[in-house]
Amino acid sequence: MTTAAAPMSQPGPALAVPPPRQRRSRRLVKRFFRRRLSVFGLVVLVLILALALAAPLFGDPGRNDFSAVLQGPSAAHPLGTDDLGRDTLARIAYGARVSMQAGVMATLLAMAVGVPLGLIAGYYRGWADLVISRLTDLLLAFPFLILAVGLAAILGPSLRNVVIALGISALPSFIRVTRGEVLGLREQDYVAGAVADGAGDTRILSRYILPNAISPLLVQATVTIPEAIIGESVLSFLGLGVQPPTPSWGTMLSAAQGFLSQAPLLAVWPGVAIALAALSFNLVGDGLRDTLDPKAER
Amino acid sequence: MTTTVSERVPTGPASDALLSVQDLHIRFSTEDGPVHAVNGVSFDLAAGEILALVGESGCGKSVTAMSVPGLLSPNATVDGRILLQGRDLLGLSAKELRAVRGKEISFVFQEPMSSLNPAFTVGKQIREVLQRHEGLSKKAAHERAVDLLRLVRIPAPERRVDEYPHQMSGGMRQRVMIAIAVACGPKVLVADEPTTALDVTIQAGVLDILRGLRDELGTAIILITHDLGVVADLADRVVVMYAGRPVEQAEVHELFAHPQHPYTNGLLGAVPHREKGVELVAGRRLREIPGLVPSLRSDPDECVFAPRCPRSTEVCVSRRPPLEPTRPHHPAACFHPGEDE
Repeated sequence: MTTAAAPMSQPGPALAVPPPRQRRSRRLVKRFFRRRLSVFGLVVLVLILALALAAPLFGDPGRNDFSAVLQGPSAAHPLGTDDLGRDTLARIAYGARVSMQAGVMATLLAMAVGVPLGLIAGYYRGWADLVISRLTDLLLAFPFLILAVGLAAILGPSLRNVVIALGISALPSFIRVTRGEVLGLREQDYVAGAVADGAGDTRILSRYILPNAISPLLVQATVTIPEAIIGESVLSFLGLGVQPPTPSWGTMLSAAQGFLSQAPLLAVWPGVAIALAALSFNLVGDGLRDTLDPKAER
Repeated sequence: MTTTVSERVPTGPASDALLSVQDLHIRFSTEDGPVHAVNGVSFDLAAGEILALVGESGCGKSVTAMSVPGLLSPNATVDGRILLQGRDLLGLSAKELRAVRGKEISFVFQEPMSSLNPAFTVGKQIREVLQRHEGLSKKAAHERAVDLLRLVRIPAPERRVDEYPHQMSGGMRQRVMIAIAVACGPKVLVADEPTTALDVTIQAGVLDILRGLRDELGTAIILITHDLGVVADLADRVVVMYAGRPVEQAEVHELFAHPQHPYTNGLLGAVPHREKGVELVAGRRLREIPGLVPSLRSDPDECVFAPRCPRSTEVCVSRRPPLEPTRPHHPAACFHPGEDE
């Protein structure tokens, strides 16, 4: 690391004990909170999560009220009702559960498979790297959404299959990011030191390489989650994802299509929800990237 | 912890040596053909002895040391014998070697700034080795880690143990690395240019610590350096290497007083020093050794230093000079041994 050279040239008093410094984690949190946009993203994210967790408080998303169909916002229905007289707020809240689940689960799936593959490819090189990298290239040849749509079409519509389809689509980027990190980290002096201290491959990967690759992976995750959230909406919109009557932002958008002239707000609410969710993750991700950037350290 | 290693009876031929390296040859196969990195190095290391391997960059001193616990890359071929208390390390399996590394033979590397894992506190990194090799509990390992930091003279070790490497200076980190290296009471400590990356003011402190380890724990040390000042300060015995070959070997006082090989003479002439009672003369030029280190592509049957040597004659390029005593207990590989003027 190039930044390492600077402190060395200072003939600092090596023996003097410096005043106690804050833990790295606290300094990072502090730095993150200096970024207003990221804090805004974090707040929105927390609100969406709260909405998803508190969804039952907003009423039954499946209760039809045919006396109040396609209504605008009112006291009884803060965001209005849809074509079957169902409360839009309740459906948005339940939809948040689906979207968050799909986004987070698909990303976790991609990480759970992609990170180990990336570690193996980057650390062992050789034929393992060859096979894994070509597989990655193969997957990357398809655009994210096209691949997800194709896989979802094969797997059949359900939330589980949406998660699998999106997880596989997000796989190659995790393999790439991990492999790239490992390629750099395996040449670090402290890895050579660990070998000299008698550490085996498993220990080196788990203690010396993975912990130091966490930052870029975390950032990649915050990029992937909104992608997956949008992906879920697209799949549900196309009828390849969550099936009605289960509320999801995508299915809500899809249903609202037919009533754009009578009740345009019906399409606006899920649209805004998707946009806010994706935006908030991206803002948080930006903040994390800048916060965890080793070059900003010291 | 076993500090009294000398009591054990070795089974190998080199009876009193803790570590015995015999006729070591190391070749790397590369895309451009083989590289003969080390050709015929032999030395014995007794318990509590500090042996210096000296030479220019690329002379094979680091490679020699790395080969001892099998740390070379897979494209290296190692021939010869490396006996640790009579046990040939070259015959060990990967798993057996891992048990030797860090436990019986450990390393201190040159780069203190990048040789510690930035993700964990230094205490955790010391505990790691202790838990792995000694099976200590976390609590016992923690206490031992604090003791080790105290041993390498880090002030306020109780607090320092919970710090991350980036909170420490280069000298501190080098001490932590020494603490990790000696955590399991190794018989042999290899210090590869331990002071090169440090400020001169800190170097003396680190050398003192190494000397202390030898005196208190009886650790044998292989000191790899090109700094003859460090050698004079710390070493008991010296092996001078040139282009992968040992060219001279002697006790440190003998070597400095009566250097035999012209390369050793050259090295000594390239060091600033003051004569007896005479101040260092400003403007007095250091002597350099003309020419470059030869390529290691081949292992020619001649003196490898001949092209740069002021004393070279026909015999030097006709055959290889044997490493034979030119003074008592002082072998040098030269047909024209002796001190410069």
